[in-house]
Amino acid sequence: MYRYDEFDHQFVQERTAQFRDQANRRLSGALTEDEFRPLRLMNGLYLQLHAYMLRVAIPYGTLSSKQMRQLAYIADKWDRGYGHFTTRQNIQYNWIKLEDTADILAALAEVEMHAIQTSGNCIRNVTTDHWAGAAADEIADPRPVGELLRQWSSLHPEFSYLPRKFKIAVTGAPNDRAAVKVHDIGLRLHKNDAGAIGWEVMVGGGQGRTPMIAVTVRDFLPEKELVAYIEAIMRVYNLYGRRDNKYKARIKILVHEIGAEKFKAEVEAEYARRPEQTTHVEERELQRIADYFAPPAFEKLSRFSPTFEEAKLLHPGFARWARNNLAAHRVDGYTIVNISLKPEGGIPGDATSDQMRLMADLAERYSHDELRVSHPQNIILPHVKKDDALAIWQALVPAELATSNYGLAGDIIACPGMDYCSLATARSIPISQAISRKFADLDVQEKIGPVKINISGCINACGHHHVGHIGILGLDKKGEEFYQITLGGSSTESASIGSILGPGFAGHEVADAIEKILTTYVNLRQPGEEFLYAYRRLGPQPFKEALYAAA
Amino acid sequence: MSEIEKGQVMTANRLRDGEVVFLTRSGEWNEKIDEAVLALEPQATAALEARAKDDVKATLVTGPYLFDAERVGGKVRALHMRERIRTLGPTVRLDLGKQAEGTAGAFAFKEA
Repeated sequence: MYRYDEFDHQFVQERTAQFRDQANRRLSGALTEDEFRPLRLMNGLYLQLHAYMLRVAIPYGTLSSKQMRQLAYIADKWDRGYGHFTTRQNIQYNWIKLEDTADILAALAEVEMHAIQTSGNCIRNVTTDHWAGAAADEIADPRPVGELLRQWSSLHPEFSYLPRKFKIAVTGAPNDRAAVKVHDIGLRLHKNDAGAIGWEVMVGGGQGRTPMIAVTVRDFLPEKELVAYIEAIMRVYNLYGRRDNKYKARIKILVHEIGAEKFKAEVEAEYARRPEQTTHVEERELQRIADYFAPPAFEKLSRFSPTFEEAKLLHPGFARWARNNLAAHRVDGYTIVNISLKPEGGIPGDATSDQMRLMADLAERYSHDELRVSHPQNIILPHVKKDDALAIWQALVPAELATSNYGLAGDIIACPGMDYCSLATARSIPISQAISRKFADLDVQEKIGPVKINISGCINACGHHHVGHIGILGLDKKGEEFYQITLGGSSTESASIGSILGPGFAGHEVADAIEKILTTYVNLRQPGEEFLYAYRRLGPQPFKEALYAAA
Repeated sequence: MSEIEKGQVMTANRLRDGEVVFLTRSGEWNEKIDEAVLALEPQATAALEARAKDDVKATLVTGPYLFDAERVGGKVRALHMRERIRTLGPTVRLDLGKQAEGTAGAFAFKEA
């Protein structure tokens, strides 16, 4: 489990006291908004359409039940009884008052949480595979490396004023669920022929207005060299990254402008200048951090659970949920429970305080006190005995948390869009709701199979539309909302950026258009061929014809 | 039918809690758009801007700006969807925001 150490304790306490003073000075007029804005942003406090918004960091998306209960408490006491889990594995509250914020930060600090580095031009919350430490395909838990990078980057003076924000994602499994190729730095653990493990280091991926896939700068970096090597990357970026134009300031633009080879040469030159002995992370330090994430005491169980198999025969609804929402665990007799925050017609990623408390209770009772937030905006119980899966499902059903659509058409990623966000150019949530209702029939969703539909309400792409198999981007055209559809994006190990299919649609036309696309796919697919692979084989033409052929 | 007047409304967020507010005829900031002054000419918008600037200094509000609106039958409505959402609340949560608190003004969301 991620935990604070004594340094975290001290600096979070100090930061909360400091923010209380800053907020008071702002309210008294001693600070202007221009002076205060960077200070509040350093503490995750934004000003949005209806109120202030507070973004709380959830390192690696990992939460204890106690922390989840505190998030529910904050939602009830200072917000409107709910929170929004984001594509950065964080949580956002939408109705925050400036005058309450210091108290909220203090309440977060009580459970070793904070909102530091959730905004601003610094190294943001490190994200990982939401199945870390549990997935059957994992080589090693990526969170110790995430934690190493968090400790190194937190309040790092050299990297607190970068040209632009900086996001690092880490995966310890060959099947990339952390979207590492569309991050500023992506790290992928792999084994060489000798069976040793090392890190592939990728740089310059990203979404936003200029989507790019990261390039590999090192194929096999030993773990002890990670911090020093990433420091070399950061130095090259800090030196050459553009500060004259916000839209060209991300590292992806630098890598693109000078070329991958030149960039790599610069990094290697910087790296070579370093005094090796003092910059390698000591083995005992790596071990100390790895101990934070020691696996729970799993029981020795049989791979086959008669209780589980029997329950599926008795309850068809449970069988469907088990088929779609459970994933293979690395330990026999255990499973990963994926709780969908995407009920039919719901708001992707939103959870009420009651739902948070229920999930916390279930985690405490059945999942070694652990929950995860996933970047596709769902909640995971990572370590569940198959024998307990039925009891969990039965508890989730009345709370509207048992929708059996994980990874299917109803499992839509959507940013808050113009319903909440001051940057948005169009609404995202109503589009997601319309599609969700269109495919409400789970038989239809299962027939279509795995597909990722991602929606962003502006070019900044918080809804990951570029890497959705089907991406939807909301824009403003002469004062009206309209939506562009892209096909063929992917955020996995075979990452790709989606291509715009053709002219955009009005909001009320989008769900029908998605249905046409998916019907075309079902008619043209080969047996067992998922949407993305069918699109890659077929190209855009049949989908264009389905959408734009003269009626 | 009453005639439609087009003009601009001054809005901001109240500093202490972020609440969306509008500048009224009496020079106060009100949560309801129906109370807002609709400035029909440059002189009137300049007066609103001057007042807003003073109130930013006085730490009452933050981030003031003008937006396009119309007055129909004495009631004010924002022209753009973004501003309508600010005057009412989220279109996907009709139980939240001004629309749920009785401060939404006369025009609610009709479209889905």
